[in-house]
Amino acid sequence: MTEKVLKKGNEVIALGAIHCGCDGYFGYPITPQSEIMETLMEEKPWETTGMVVLQAESEIASINMVHGGACCGKKVMTSSSSPGMSLMCEGLSYLAGSELPCVLVNVVRGGPGLGTIQPSQGDYFQAVKGGGHGDYRVIVLAPFSAQEMYDFVWLGFDLAFKYRTPVLILTDGMIGQMMEKVELRPQKPRLSDQEVAELYGSWATTGKPTTRQENIITSLALEARVHEALNQKLQAKYRVIEESEVRFETLQCEDADYILVAYGSMARICESAVELARSQGIKLGLLRPITLFPFPVKEIERMIPQLKGIMSVELSTGQMVEDIRLAVSGKVPVTFYGRLGGVIPTPQEVLDAFKTNYMK
Amino acid sequence: MKEEIIIAGFGGQGVLSMGKILAYSGIMQDQEVTWMPSYGPEMRGGTANVTVVISDKRISSPIVNAYDTAIILNQQSLNKFEPMVKPGGLLIYDPNGITRHPVRKDITIYSIEAVEEAAKLGNAKAYNMIVLGAFLKLKQIVKMENVIKGLKKSIPERHHHLIPMNEQAIEVGMGAAKEIHQV
Repeated sequence: MTEKVLKKGNEVIALGAIHCGCDGYFGYPITPQSEIMETLMEEKPWETTGMVVLQAESEIASINMVHGGACCGKKVMTSSSSPGMSLMCEGLSYLAGSELPCVLVNVVRGGPGLGTIQPSQGDYFQAVKGGGHGDYRVIVLAPFSAQEMYDFVWLGFDLAFKYRTPVLILTDGMIGQMMEKVELRPQKPRLSDQEVAELYGSWATTGKPTTRQENIITSLALEARVHEALNQKLQAKYRVIEESEVRFETLQCEDADYILVAYGSMARICESAVELARSQGIKLGLLRPITLFPFPVKEIERMIPQLKGIMSVELSTGQMVEDIRLAVSGKVPVTFYGRLGGVIPTPQEVLDAFKTNYMK
Repeated sequence: MKEEIIIAGFGGQGVLSMGKILAYSGIMQDQEVTWMPSYGPEMRGGTANVTVVISDKRISSPIVNAYDTAIILNQQSLNKFEPMVKPGGLLIYDPNGITRHPVRKDITIYSIEAVEEAAKLGNAKAYNMIVLGAFLKLKQIVKMENVIKGLKKSIPERHHHLIPMNEQAIEVGMGAAKEIHQV
């Protein structure tokens, strides 16, 4: 039995965490994502599933609590918004380097610095290219509806444990604050300590049985060859992720002469822009990357022969557009349209920008 | 059916909750809905607005170019949103505190004296339900039984004893909408 509710994207992140059997949430409030922890506090899952919900003293403490929980093989997560996410990046690098599973949510606001609390997609580089130090990647999921906010918490934990890597849900104030109809799933029980030991005992610090050596979780490797091997192992994992986990959605791309590429909130606006264009006889389509790492490079390559042009639409000064240009490799013109400061373009404005770029 | 609505006024007038009840009513009759608020500092005493879309089909953009209906509760919002009503669309406004009234001739305009009606009911908090009543009278996109179901879902159970009062306010609003201009 599924239940349909009207909820904000932020609220269903919290419900998704509870329902998928999350063991712990550690966070620090910041607009526009505070409803995540507020909802968890209202739901009191510690009285039902036994999930821990804790407001830490800072974002740095939050991410390190996630590190501790993840070491024990627990399903743990945190959430923040841009300035808070910057504080978490050191911890994120340690989590990636230590091959630890966890879910992070960044409900992006405008930057740089303290910026604005209005929606933005200006953290694409930080999310997709690293953010913290060193050669690492995290799987980045970009929900475009409240339903996907809910579903991607489940998916995020599945991927995090499948690959032993942090998974980042990259969303923004618009998807976080918007209410939509969401189908909730039945409660999945949390794993018992015994189940965790059985499933993850090969690497997690679940207590040392007499049958094996102790598990040591660390990102430290002072010996040159050991460090190189650690990085090669990480890179091999990222190549598998690139092969197996690309997710995207296309709209009216089959006969398209031109496509818009947009993710998250902007994909919603672009869907309407495509409908508007089609009503005027313009063969425009939409490619919506759902995973930003791994990026749908092959799908873009596949479409190149049919395309006269691509326009990236982002709430930034142009970040994802660089990955599109890498995929296109100069074979098709790639242009960009973006707005800042929380100015969300209307579908008409997106279409006008497209016409300015390509229809003159 | 697809109805794109903006509800705009001061923070505290119940703009966001009116939108939520409307959206929930849509869900109760199995429609797709989006509820997109302005948020942040403007909610704390300044202007507040919410865009509600109710549709039989999947909704792409929750932000729209123009509105089928604008429900307007203060002067700033009237100035901002009157030009954004689709030709042939509907504008409902509370004339209380309005000095520059709507002027368009290509849209249907109704007024609802909701402050006055709420005072007559002796319940200032019924204000937004009176306004909602006026809308429901003019655009029958959701059934009354679904609005009541939506109300039950939108407000916490400890306040469910207030539902008959809300229902009464909606009915008052239905009877109090005044035609200003019809296209």
